[in-house]
Amino acid sequence: MSVPLEHDYIGDSSMEKTGDVSIITPQQKSTTKFASSLSMNLKATELRLGLPGSESPERDDGSSAELCIGLPSSKSSVSRPKRGFSVAIHGGSGNWVFSPGAGGPDNNFSSPRNNPAAANSEQAPKDGGLPPQSSPATEKKKAQAAGSGAGPASKAQVVGWPPIRSFRKNTMASHPTPKNSDVVEGGDHNPNSGGSASSTSACLYVKVSMDGAPYLRKVDLKTYGGYKDLSLALENMFSCFTIGQCGSHGVAGRDGVSESRLVDILHGSEYVLTYEDKDGDWMLVGDVPWKMFIDSCRRLRIMKSSEAIGLAPRAFEKCKSSN
Amino acid sequence: HLFIHSISIFQAVLIILHLSPFGSLLFSPFSSHLSSSSPIPHRERESFDSESLLSPFPQISSSGGISAMDRSPKRRSISPDDATRFPDEVLERVLALLDSPKDRSAVSLVCRDWYSAESWSRRHVFIGNCYSVSPEIVARRFPRIRSVTLKGKPRFSDFNLVPDNWGADVHSWLLVFASEYPFLEELRLKRMRVTDESLEFLALNFPNFRALSLLSCDGFSTGGLASVATHCKNLTELDIQENGIDDFGGEWLSCFPDNFNTLEVLNFSHLNTDVNPDVLERLVSRCRSLKVLKVNRSISLDCLQRLLVSAPQLTELGAGSFSQELTPRQHADLEHAFGLCKNLSVLTGLWEATAMNLSAVYPACSRLSFLNLSYTALQSQELASLLPHCPCLRRLWVLDSVGDKGLEAVGANCPSLEEIRVFPADPFDEDMINAVTESGIVAVSQGCPKLHYILYFCRQMTNAAVATVVRNCPDFTHFRLCIMNPGQPDHTTNQPMDEAFGSVVKTCKKLQRLSVSGLLTDLTFKYIGKYAKNMETLSVAFAGSSDLGMQYVMEGCSKLRKLEIRDCPFGNAALLSGLEKYESMRSLWMSACNVTMNGCRVLAREMPRLNVEVMKEEGSDDCKADKVYVYRTVAGPRRDAPPSVLTVSSL
Repeated sequence: MSVPLEHDYIGDSSMEKTGDVSIITPQQKSTTKFASSLSMNLKATELRLGLPGSESPERDDGSSAELCIGLPSSKSSVSRPKRGFSVAIHGGSGNWVFSPGAGGPDNNFSSPRNNPAAANSEQAPKDGGLPPQSSPATEKKKAQAAGSGAGPASKAQVVGWPPIRSFRKNTMASHPTPKNSDVVEGGDHNPNSGGSASSTSACLYVKVSMDGAPYLRKVDLKTYGGYKDLSLALENMFSCFTIGQCGSHGVAGRDGVSESRLVDILHGSEYVLTYEDKDGDWMLVGDVPWKMFIDSCRRLRIMKSSEAIGLAPRAFEKCKSSN
Repeated sequence: HLFIHSISIFQAVLIILHLSPFGSLLFSPFSSHLSSSSPIPHRERESFDSESLLSPFPQISSSGGISAMDRSPKRRSISPDDATRFPDEVLERVLALLDSPKDRSAVSLVCRDWYSAESWSRRHVFIGNCYSVSPEIVARRFPRIRSVTLKGKPRFSDFNLVPDNWGADVHSWLLVFASEYPFLEELRLKRMRVTDESLEFLALNFPNFRALSLLSCDGFSTGGLASVATHCKNLTELDIQENGIDDFGGEWLSCFPDNFNTLEVLNFSHLNTDVNPDVLERLVSRCRSLKVLKVNRSISLDCLQRLLVSAPQLTELGAGSFSQELTPRQHADLEHAFGLCKNLSVLTGLWEATAMNLSAVYPACSRLSFLNLSYTALQSQELASLLPHCPCLRRLWVLDSVGDKGLEAVGANCPSLEEIRVFPADPFDEDMINAVTESGIVAVSQGCPKLHYILYFCRQMTNAAVATVVRNCPDFTHFRLCIMNPGQPDHTTNQPMDEAFGSVVKTCKKLQRLSVSGLLTDLTFKYIGKYAKNMETLSVAFAGSSDLGMQYVMEGCSKLRKLEIRDCPFGNAALLSGLEKYESMRSLWMSACNVTMNGCRVLAREMPRLNVEVMKEEGSDDCKADKVYVYRTVAGPRRDAPPSVLTVSSL
């Protein structure tokens, strides 16, 4: 497995944007998505060209230039399951400028290097003026390596904002922890998207997105016994799209050739359930034994099968190669 | 010429009728609840206002002498030449009927006899800032208190802006209470530090103790709860909400003695570890007066079902985890159990409820007035299916996962709705695309004309939408809008959100509490200062353009009591513009603004009856006052401040 470090980073929820980020100019104060711009910048820090194993066909097309300006509802326009950081590679160096917004000195809520404790004491006014740091990617490597330990702190939110009480953040961040562990805003929001290497936690939350659905859900993979349970649950969750199920299921335990396909009966089009694994590759769900799936799944995506065409062969190849 | 020489019976009767419980209903303003979520009739009473706090003797109009002053201040019986006077005992009995703190304050100012009668008849005291007064002063003023409500840390401590060791420790209060109020029955604390030692002390030293409520407190563990359960023989209420506590396991619940059966309120919903369901079931079945039960997530649906069967008299229920997969039989049983609860007016908990399971609660919803769904990320459809079962709903809390469509369902199904709170399911997650927008809140306002309380977290808003909302619902008392990106303008016009809040304050004459957000210039504050004449609490973040903003507020808002500001460009001029005002306010918080130590020193010098406290951050410049907390007090500077909290004196 190549560079797990970055993957931990990317495992962080906001990192996995599929390219629909906003560029913010000083004049443009609307949609100041400072967190996403932040993550965008962090993607800049962690990427390198020529990363072994991370190249995939869809990476070097023009899609990276798709910096969708505006609301993330443009998300649906980016249909390929590619890593968001491709944006940053081509998207340019250091054009990220952050509008400081109203009142308040800019900056000093900075980089991923900040650890949560520091974040708490440094009263960051707001919208981190993450300094553009247009420096070359190689320098970023260090920052990223140092910062990756901070993990979730990469979100670099403003301390105490939005004004939500700790118990709410804990509740929605997921699993019951033995102690009320919430400490600091930015530092502690553990997105739990996939257990990554340290799956000692009792739950394994991964995000599930569906093309065209207005929001994501999170599911705890550990609560399902197998693929069947999972797809039933997803059906319930995204029921407005009446996903039916056909094809052979109950493949848990059988190593893997059968695919799972979720069929939208009403619309007649097919949806497939795919997941992104630790290597960052998008695979069809159902190819590997359930246990292996849990261990490697980072996030789920229900996508139209027309867009998933490129996946199947790769999945097979990967499967074969790993056997 | 004397305002009050003696009070004739006739006059006294008139005054008392005016101030009677009926009178107080008519004349006292609606007072907000102590805790945000507890519908238990906590009686938050602002019983101190600056006059009664700061001057031990009543100030009567200067034109009149106070012949009452000549008489002895305490109790005296009827003397023949004062046939028209009420004996103190009678006066006390009459005054004892008064509940409202404002009424009581007014009564205490009438004359010296009334002052003392009121003091002796008071049973409950509410102290909004524990450092504004000392326990000794309280005990001296009110000798017969049975119930105390105390609030400690500034509200922004909820958002990690206050250091952990800041203070507000209840122990010093308990020590005084043990000697002065040995018959203390109720203690309600909010944002105080409470240790296990204090809880044990409480449990052991107050034989009549009955009700303990801890909201957003920290410093204790389940060990402290065990002490309370073990020793408080007459406990009727144990309400542990949203606290930062060390959870060492659920054994505390087993500490209730086997013959203990007086519990009426039990809330442990935010404790994280498992309690023994059998112990809970036995406890519930023997406490026949139990009205409020809020369990934590460890309680399964099976257990819940049994609890409901054994306690159908519940009026408030906090269910536990609601995600368990149920067989049809289990579902039917659960539904049946909910059906037994004919008196349920509050339903909360329901962690991670699935649509399927949620349908089990329908039978209990017909009288529901408060539904708290903020622990489960419901979709719009699920909410739309649930709401028609709750025709009497007056208060609703949800997560923004329900989306605008869900809020449309609210507008369509809840004509009696008075309060709505929409929390963000994933506040830091940019992928949660605009789960609720301005359309959602407009839809609610269209369907719910009685709406007077809103707390709304969103990622976009427009001036026009807010104007529409307040046009539909002009009776807002609490308007708290949080646009989650700091400094974000109207997303359709790119203009600041000034006009939005302008329309709120112009239209909603009864507005008591306002929280602003989005891109705001000084104009917003000009509007607030000009129109928000009843506003008592204002929260501001990332707003304003200059000192003028704060000045407008300080000069215009005559009823302002609490002002909390963060990350605004307000400096010393702004701070000092409120000089005249701070003594009539509970407190002022300013953090990450442009106030300097010098400004604080000037304030401290000019207003000696204020505590001006500064919390410095590491590495910040010496003259900057990073966090400023100003409050009136009769107790002088704090003696228990940690090193990070400086009390600024004029020196």
